[in-house]
Amino acid sequence: MSVNVSSRPRPEAEHPSGDQRFKLIDRALKRLQHRQDALIEVLHTAQEAFGYLDDDVLIYAAQQLKLPLSWVYGVATFYHFFSLKPQGEHTCIVCLGTACYVKKSGEILAALEKEYGLKPGQTTPDKKLSLAQARCVGSCGLAPVMVMDGTVHGKDTVETALAKVKAALEKAPAAETEPAA
Amino acid sequence: MNRPELQAMAEKELERQQGFRCRVLCCASTACLSSGGQEVRKALQDELKAAGLLKDVQVVATGCKGLCSRGPVVEVLAAGQERVLYADVTPETARQIARQHLAEHKPVPDFQLDANSPFFTKQVRVVLSNSGLIDPERIEDYIACDGYKALAHVLREMTPEAVCEAITRSGLRGRGGAGYPTGLKWNLVRKADGPAKYVIANGDEGDPGAYMDRTLMESDPHRVLEGMAIAAYAVGAEQGFIYVRGEYPLAVKRLDKAIKQAERQGLLGSRIFESGFNFRIDIRIGAGAFVCGEETALMGSIMGRRGEPRPRPPYPAQSGLWNAPTLINNVETFGNIAPIIRNGPEWYAALGTEKSKGTKIFALTGNVNNTGLIEVPMGITLREIVYDIGGGVSNGRAFKAAQSGGPSGGCLPAEHLDTPVDYESLARLGSMMGSGGLIVMDDQTSMVDVARFYMEFCMDESCGKCVPCRAGTAQMHHLLSKISAGEATADDLKTLEDLCRMVKALSLCGLGQSAPNPVLSTLKYFRAEYEARLRAPAAAGEGKEAA
Repeated sequence: MSVNVSSRPRPEAEHPSGDQRFKLIDRALKRLQHRQDALIEVLHTAQEAFGYLDDDVLIYAAQQLKLPLSWVYGVATFYHFFSLKPQGEHTCIVCLGTACYVKKSGEILAALEKEYGLKPGQTTPDKKLSLAQARCVGSCGLAPVMVMDGTVHGKDTVETALAKVKAALEKAPAAETEPAA
Repeated sequence: MNRPELQAMAEKELERQQGFRCRVLCCASTACLSSGGQEVRKALQDELKAAGLLKDVQVVATGCKGLCSRGPVVEVLAAGQERVLYADVTPETARQIARQHLAEHKPVPDFQLDANSPFFTKQVRVVLSNSGLIDPERIEDYIACDGYKALAHVLREMTPEAVCEAITRSGLRGRGGAGYPTGLKWNLVRKADGPAKYVIANGDEGDPGAYMDRTLMESDPHRVLEGMAIAAYAVGAEQGFIYVRGEYPLAVKRLDKAIKQAERQGLLGSRIFESGFNFRIDIRIGAGAFVCGEETALMGSIMGRRGEPRPRPPYPAQSGLWNAPTLINNVETFGNIAPIIRNGPEWYAALGTEKSKGTKIFALTGNVNNTGLIEVPMGITLREIVYDIGGGVSNGRAFKAAQSGGPSGGCLPAEHLDTPVDYESLARLGSMMGSGGLIVMDDQTSMVDVARFYMEFCMDESCGKCVPCRAGTAQMHHLLSKISAGEATADDLKTLEDLCRMVKALSLCGLGQSAPNPVLSTLKYFRAEYEARLRAPAAAGEGKEAA
């Protein structure tokens, strides 16, 4: 059921749940012409819109691209970037790449684990903070590196890292901000 | 656009730049931005505006200048004067620079970097020649630095055969790590039959400790596009893909902008430079899988599948994307193409050593004073890199090892500091050139733990398709954890060595084949450290579980 661009003005088919965020996926599907090889792009869009990929989203992507659900699930679980569980309001990613490892980012991660009672990949029960580890965020010149809500922080010690996470948690939920120019 | 129009655009931009009394170049790469580069630029602009100097002084957001550990870095260029570099700039010092240096021509001595220090003078910038000098978000800046001239030349004056021939003669080898001759690869794809052909730039820089590709894509995106377009003309492709890591949002943004600009100017798309050549480039964003740096896995990912490698042959040159002949090169390799065409293959072949030509970009990180991105001629010694460019080991500690090639490479000890850095020498010593991560480790680093660190990485990133890699990396990690915890016996060490050989010989793709390298190289040079952690065989028993 490809979404034909007909001249007839008809309301776009809405997802049965009525969730408007599916429209963002529809828009991406249209831009990518419902090509099956665009699955990863579609999942990127979906994760941006929903924060994670729940069953409904995966089923929707499979239906729209006419792919078996097992295929979509296989792709979504293969890549680390995609999360099948909801994330907290704030996300803190500690880089454990080689340069950061040599500069003892493991101690920062351990301190955060202890402070918030989390393991990487987990979220606090109040859904405030998700903790994650990264393989390398490519800011090795600043090692050790931590990414808090999309902003890269470098050259931290355990103390400054804890302080930064605390400060971020006290702020309102940050929109995903990239270090834009 | 045609050639005279390109020329006119370059001249117009140069004239515009010369209209300013001086130019202030502020690094706007990820590293400097995260140390507050944006606030610094704003402070400069505000101060200049208040002083009414915005007409005389141009503030440019540029790409990376290399010295990432001292960011944000600001450079002041004025006609007839030596360049002045400021490091660790804060908004406060930025205002001071604006008041004293820019308004009153008196450089502020306090925060200056010596532009004649070995960090800068020992480098040879070919691929990064524009990086840190141009605004990566403006195509005019790139064109003013001879951008797209090589593409114009190729389309008008050269046959595809001649382009492949020129690249072969330059001696350029793949910068992704393996070092396959680029010209040979191009020729294979050119001669392959297929209704469609593809060109892929591999920007899935997954090695921890490496960020050369990120910087190139962020600092000079048009350079990559031009290289890809020349390659496409040479092999007969009309569609290209740049595969960028999902962790690099700024690179994606700048490439996207660059592609749109180039299309608008007729430098990409249909009938490029009013010739019969068409070429489109699409960006594909990775989703965090190290194995996707392997070419067949990467192609799977571009086609929207799980990034699992497949056996080669057939090589991508015969059967790649959608079974069509596909040229796949590293981003840095494409960065070399335009200068080779502009300056001639002989010029390029004069750089470097007999078998490794040109320059290589390294991400110099770890326990070293100057961390950052450097471009050096092939054949430079490790000692020069670590002590001259890197300024020595940090905190006055002693050098222990330099790790190159990431999880596929090895560690070189102090006795090999005078090794020339080229493909063959590094391979002979049990390491590899790799994509260009160079991590310096001081005497406090435990080499067993380093080996274990890399093995954990490979274990996590193994895609699971072939058994030697999936099970082998897990077993090796288990044994390394045992050794690290002091619970292993000499038998365990023997098993580890056997496993290394087995995984190396039997794995399907480069990830598994090279996963044992960090272990083998640390065993080769630091065996005593392993043995010191072994337990006497008498008290045998089960070790603790692996992490």
